[in-house]
Amino acid sequence: MTRPITKTVNVPVADGDGERYTLKMGPQHPATHGVLRVDLELDGETIIKCSPQVGYLHRGFDKIAENRTYAQSLILTDRLDYIAAMANNVGYCVAVEKLLDISVPLRAKYIRTIVCEMSRIASHLLWLATHALDIGAMTVFLYCFREREVMLDLFEELCGARLTFSYPRIGGVRQDVTRNFVDVLQRFVAEFPMHIEEYETLIDTNRIWLKRTIGIGVLSASEALELGLTGACLRGSGVDYDIRKHRPYDAYDLVDFEVPISDDGDIYARYRCRMEELHQSARIIQQCIDQLPPGPIISEDAPDLVMPLQGQRKVEAGSTTYGTGLIKLLEEKGEFPVGDIYVSTEVPKGELGFYFISDGSGRPYRMHMRSPSFIHISALPALAEGSMIADLIANIGTLDVVLGECDR
Amino acid sequence: MESMEIAEKLQDHFSEEVLDICDFHGQVGVVVKRDRIVDILRWLRDSPEIKMDHFMDLCGVDNKKRQGKNLLRLEVVYNLYSIPLRHSIRIRAQVPENDACIDTATTLWCGANWHERECYDLVGISFNGHPDMRRVLLPDDWSGYPLRKEYPLKGREEWSGLEELKHKVVELQEFGLSDGTLTTKAEQSQTKGNEKS
Repeated sequence: MTRPITKTVNVPVADGDGERYTLKMGPQHPATHGVLRVDLELDGETIIKCSPQVGYLHRGFDKIAENRTYAQSLILTDRLDYIAAMANNVGYCVAVEKLLDISVPLRAKYIRTIVCEMSRIASHLLWLATHALDIGAMTVFLYCFREREVMLDLFEELCGARLTFSYPRIGGVRQDVTRNFVDVLQRFVAEFPMHIEEYETLIDTNRIWLKRTIGIGVLSASEALELGLTGACLRGSGVDYDIRKHRPYDAYDLVDFEVPISDDGDIYARYRCRMEELHQSARIIQQCIDQLPPGPIISEDAPDLVMPLQGQRKVEAGSTTYGTGLIKLLEEKGEFPVGDIYVSTEVPKGELGFYFISDGSGRPYRMHMRSPSFIHISALPALAEGSMIADLIANIGTLDVVLGECDR
Repeated sequence: MESMEIAEKLQDHFSEEVLDICDFHGQVGVVVKRDRIVDILRWLRDSPEIKMDHFMDLCGVDNKKRQGKNLLRLEVVYNLYSIPLRHSIRIRAQVPENDACIDTATTLWCGANWHERECYDLVGISFNGHPDMRRVLLPDDWSGYPLRKEYPLKGREEWSGLEELKHKVVELQEFGLSDGTLTTKAEQSQTKGNEKS
């Protein structure tokens, strides 16, 4: 990756009279991407102290999930990162499958990998659009939404929803992909690298964009690691950590892709990493389409609310004979396991982890979500303190946070 | 290194502290006492053959309705991962109910800060030496810890800030911005019931 060279300008750090004041930015500030409030202590335009306040969207998912069966909690995960709900669904399903020891058919694994990468594209495009808009590049916003729309239309064709999908299910996926879906997607991934080039020409020649990103919000590898950053924020600082490579799930060990890394650790480096990830996502989707094997799309022993496979299931979904079909199905298969498990997946924002404690009943004894946005916002003071207030907007943007996921 | 090997090494090193080792689907959890938790975590982070450099997750658990030996009322679970060596381990520190506190891990990973605040907020375990031990997700004046097992899923009372809000509505009436009434859900259902009867 070649970096454009820009001159650095020394700005006066503080006005020097030592008079401090506090400013509450948010929760309805447009650049905070949701309901984030940041309490700032300022000296002139320099941030002395920055303390983010979250929780405006807290819905108590951990508590609700303890009172639901595993299949019922799936819809909660849609409401975490609503920009890339598909990736959350897959993350949840992978975790429950590991807990209940369910093996997923290969075709379903490939389909889930495709939808995961599609949601990564959709999420990164929204990130690029709003991040650039915050910093002052308006046009790229419209271009990004053009391609994001294609992704959402495809999701709609796949499962009928554009935002909250619940399409992946424990043990597989709900419906098979259609011929038209595959054709449109194939055309899209073939053209997509050209679109990425379009965004890059719009941004990389924009002097304002370069001056506001290069050398701003710098984190070294050890700092980023200590702060608990994951995803592109960590890789932008030069740490090679991608769960798709480290602990592969679904079909990620069957496809070939690279993990983009940059050593510079500033906002521009994280931007470059995410742009490169878009290329890699398109590459993964292409390979998945080429390799897509025939076969079933959901596991036989999936304890789920899927359409019943006629004549093959012992209990039909929604059957009232046994209360919930889920508990009966698993009772027949054997006991629910007793134990605890932590499974994480690479969602567009970073590492989404689910920690389950199962006590042998049909409901989780304790479910904990490790949401990347929550940890990323906690790293905001490390990025913002000592910098200018205008850079705070760029720093919030570069962390790529979604408050639904942060507050849970 | 296999997680089990790490657990055994940990047991050799801190034989007094380790209470139990459990294995489930290839993931190893080590049940430990809370007293030397920072030493244990530091040893896991700094030993050259273990190098747990990524603090994946921390969460609090209420063990009230859970079966198991060596379990106290509360528990703090640390999930650690080593990026260069690609292995992981889980540490489960036991915390008694009457003295619900444990030493902070923020001295080792500053990213543990909000994990610990969340644990304090929802489970009610406080962390000694934490730089900013306040609630994070819930409002500061919230009472109770929602993820304790005795905490109900759904409450019966109105929100505590409602009275203040009612005052605001009356104030706004002076400016013609409100008709001065504010009905709660409970009152609404009551009036509905009256209409029906």
